[in-house]
Amino acid sequence: MQFSILTDYFGTYMEGFRGTILSSLLALAGSFLLGTLIAVFRISTARGLRWFGTGYVEFIRNIPLLLVVYIFYYGPSAFGLSLDGFTAGTIGLTVYTSAFIAEAIRAGIAAVPKGQTEAARSSGLTYVQAMIHVVLPQAIKLVIPPLGNQFINLIKNSSVLTIVAGLDLMYFADIVNSDTFRTFDTYVFVALFYLVLTLPLSYVMRVWERRLQR
Amino acid sequence: MDFAGAYSADNLKFLLDGLYVTLIVAFTAIILSFLLGCIIGVVRYAKVPVLSQISFVFVELIRNLPLLLIIFFMRFALPEVGIKLGLMTAAIAALTIFEGAMISEIVRGGLTSVDKGQIEAGRSSGLTGVQTLWHIVLPQGLRRMVPPLVSQFISLLKDTSLAVIISLAELMHNAGIIIGHGYNYTIPTLLLVALIYFTVNYLLSVLSKRLETKNA
Repeated sequence: MQFSILTDYFGTYMEGFRGTILSSLLALAGSFLLGTLIAVFRISTARGLRWFGTGYVEFIRNIPLLLVVYIFYYGPSAFGLSLDGFTAGTIGLTVYTSAFIAEAIRAGIAAVPKGQTEAARSSGLTYVQAMIHVVLPQAIKLVIPPLGNQFINLIKNSSVLTIVAGLDLMYFADIVNSDTFRTFDTYVFVALFYLVLTLPLSYVMRVWERRLQR
Repeated sequence: MDFAGAYSADNLKFLLDGLYVTLIVAFTAIILSFLLGCIIGVVRYAKVPVLSQISFVFVELIRNLPLLLIIFFMRFALPEVGIKLGLMTAAIAALTIFEGAMISEIVRGGLTSVDKGQIEAGRSSGLTGVQTLWHIVLPQGLRRMVPPLVSQFISLLKDTSLAVIISLAELMHNAGIIIGHGYNYTIPTLLLVALIYFTVNYLLSVLSKRLETKNA
């Protein structure tokens, strides 16, 4: 093990580390918003919206993340536009993850007793108001553990950004690797950077889930 | 957008070749990761001394790393310590280890969910611990594992696309090459590839639903 790689290239690693964190955070926020919208579509009374929501979730969940990223990276070129790897990758991560988050939120909403909606509606709130003020706040509590797990997945999944030159940890590791020619050591350090993020998060999520089960 | 050009006979055959590699890799990795997952899951469920602790560390490390990194590592880092794997072997090995770690948690969860009374009943009727596990706990646990297992297998099939990082000629890799021939081909090709993945995965989930109703 050559630990000098870690110290000599610490700046390069950190640049990728920041890219990975930034992309994961942006995609988490984006997919939470998009996922909530799709979840509301899926339980909506309007048939068209319901079909769209179901179709979206089923389609996205059954295709690879990399394909979604390719759609946003290569797709715009057909219309004479272009997105850089980081942007296309982060949008791809957002769209892909939103389908999973939509499912988690839908399950959370379904777990809120029907009486809550009925009570809200009878007290004069519209459907949208009842959703925003009564049902969603209660559903959120149940949704946090799966959301946390999705965040861990996001951190790991953001590694696909490297395939479209998306300035993430894996991408910068490639720069270190082509400089040092020590692939084994270079990527063991990459693994450490990922574990620094994912291990504590998984631990926290596990404790949280156990507490909820009680 | 040039649909006719993108769907030329040559391109379609090229995509089918890719699909063939994807399916071979996925199928092999499904079987191997299921076996690995069962072994680790049972070891952790039965709390086999030492082995159980080693398994815990292994599962926690692997589950918290990106699969892409593991695939890359198998192909490009291991040769430095004298382990040279071919393209397909590296992809299958990485998928097996990563998905095996995931599956071991499903197996452990499924086994743990079996009522303790079942084990006591098995042991009191004179079965050994291993016999109880094999004849009583495993069959009941397996039934409960089917839905999460199938979604894990679907993940595995989608994850084979990450082997583009080592240039394995699977579906996604071949699609990338066709896209590289011209931006006119981009959208038609991505649409078709999405449809292929969707169909294969959809068939998998339909198959599992049928399995579930049969077992219920």
